[in-house]
Amino acid sequence: MVSIDVWNASVDFPIFDAKSRSLKKLALGKVGGKIGSEGRVPIIEALHDINISLRHGDRVGLVGHNGAGKSTLLRLLAGIYEPTRGSSRIQGKVAPIFDLGVGMDPEISGFENIMIRGLFLGMSRKEMEKRVDDIAEFTELGDYLSMPLRTYSTGMRVRLALGVVTSIDPEILLLDEGIGAVDAAFLEKARDRLNDLVARSGILVFANHSDDMLVELCNTAIWMDEGQVKMHGSLREVVTAYKGRDPYEHLSPDTLARIGQSPVLSGNGGE
Amino acid sequence: MQHTSTVDRPAAPLAPDSRTFARAFGDVRDAWRQRELWGHLGWQDIKQRYRRSVIGPLWITISMGTTALALGLLYSQLLGQELSTFLPYVTVGFIVWNLILGVVTEGTEVFIANEGLIKHLPAPVTVHVLRMVWRQVLFFAHNLAVYVVVLIVFFPALTEPYKMEGDTVTHPGITWTVVLALPAFVLLVVNAVWVALLFGIISTRFRDIPPVIHSFIQLVFFMTPIVWHVGVLNKFTDGEASWKILIAEFNPIFHFLEIVRAPLLGQQQDWHHWVVVGAFTVVGWSLALLALRNYRARVSYWV
Repeated sequence: MVSIDVWNASVDFPIFDAKSRSLKKLALGKVGGKIGSEGRVPIIEALHDINISLRHGDRVGLVGHNGAGKSTLLRLLAGIYEPTRGSSRIQGKVAPIFDLGVGMDPEISGFENIMIRGLFLGMSRKEMEKRVDDIAEFTELGDYLSMPLRTYSTGMRVRLALGVVTSIDPEILLLDEGIGAVDAAFLEKARDRLNDLVARSGILVFANHSDDMLVELCNTAIWMDEGQVKMHGSLREVVTAYKGRDPYEHLSPDTLARIGQSPVLSGNGGE
Repeated sequence: MQHTSTVDRPAAPLAPDSRTFARAFGDVRDAWRQRELWGHLGWQDIKQRYRRSVIGPLWITISMGTTALALGLLYSQLLGQELSTFLPYVTVGFIVWNLILGVVTEGTEVFIANEGLIKHLPAPVTVHVLRMVWRQVLFFAHNLAVYVVVLIVFFPALTEPYKMEGDTVTHPGITWTVVLALPAFVLLVVNAVWVALLFGIISTRFRDIPPVIHSFIQLVFFMTPIVWHVGVLNKFTDGEASWKILIAEFNPIFHFLEIVRAPLLGQQQDWHHWVVVGAFTVVGWSLALLALRNYRARVSYWV
């Protein structure tokens, strides 16, 4: 059973090199978590009292301004940060795409990088060898896969990373904002694959600001603000509240038909 | 609208399991299972380092050979030793020392250096340690070629009983006991893992530790019987045991060195070295597991 449960979780970062005592009573306004200091070491409360339960088939869009805790939340859900207070339980094979440069070696070829990333995500060498052709075809990188990764553009790296995570059947897919760097045509292709993947096996959490991408991939949304969940509900409600306008307003009838939404925000707003 | 999937939300566990021995052991166990990963990464590290060089990893062997030859020549003369037995002694000592040096210096930075990976890909922290130790083992394997060459060159001298200047004992020469080097090496590697885990965790929290270790390790090299041997300590007491032997005995690295080196050179070996190493293995792993239990989950916050 694929599931993510987080109970009253907080993530506090100790800031060891911030010696200044003036930080002590400073609570920043809009950007960043609250800065507190209970002991000698100043602390940034990046996440505060998070309660989330996600189950099979949940496709969650993550919205919120910079420093609201979106990336930290994704890492909490990935199990990279274990909550400093509260608890979390993640069941399922997690595949994150956070930073496209990390876990990829610029000096070695695309093929080699596919292998290493796959191994990191819990695959065996044999399993990856079977998937390499499929990934190569999906990414459309062709002969470029034999070139060192430093010759790749950002978009090409995104293709590679997406190719790997979508080919290994992860159960929990966590995507940070970076994947917006690919072109529309590829995104179309990736969308189908991601939808397919989520329908088959799991949970998707996707941090993004673009209405189009959120609408295509997600059915619910979480609005993060100052390290807290400000709102958790249907995508349409949350994005409307966050952006102050209905994300479905400007979509073409074709798109709306495909994702099964009516052009006007109805009373209960959404599904 | 209430989100539908919250319906089957289970109750929160009474206490988070972050700081339990089960999770600490689980980390080590999971990391061991992912040996294809760190095995691959360790190889990659070595290939990476020599990617654009013409003779590649052969450089590792060449630099070791040159160093061993030069140090062996110099110190055999300084200490009035027979070159045919002292050069192999210095070579083996230096090869093993290089492994220890690598583990200690890179061990302190094992998590700091992998900050990116730790923050972006969920994996047991021990994976990074095993990758580093595996890389050091591969370096060791490259250096072992120098031992083989030296062994061939000085084979006649090393297979006969020999005595080193200042020693009271006569070494029997290389016999079947050479196989003891294998369990000794395994013990050395097992200890390398806890050293890297423990020092790695401490150094990630206290960034003063790596520079301290880096400057201290130089001193340890000179204090450890590598380019000199313990017999020299008693040279001026006509071979009689004196307090001076404690200079070596209080140095833990001496015991680790000795259990690997003695079989490879066919030297007389005292059992107490194995006891000391065994004790260090048990105590060290206990400390490392304790550190892992308490601070495993903090590593990603500290890097």
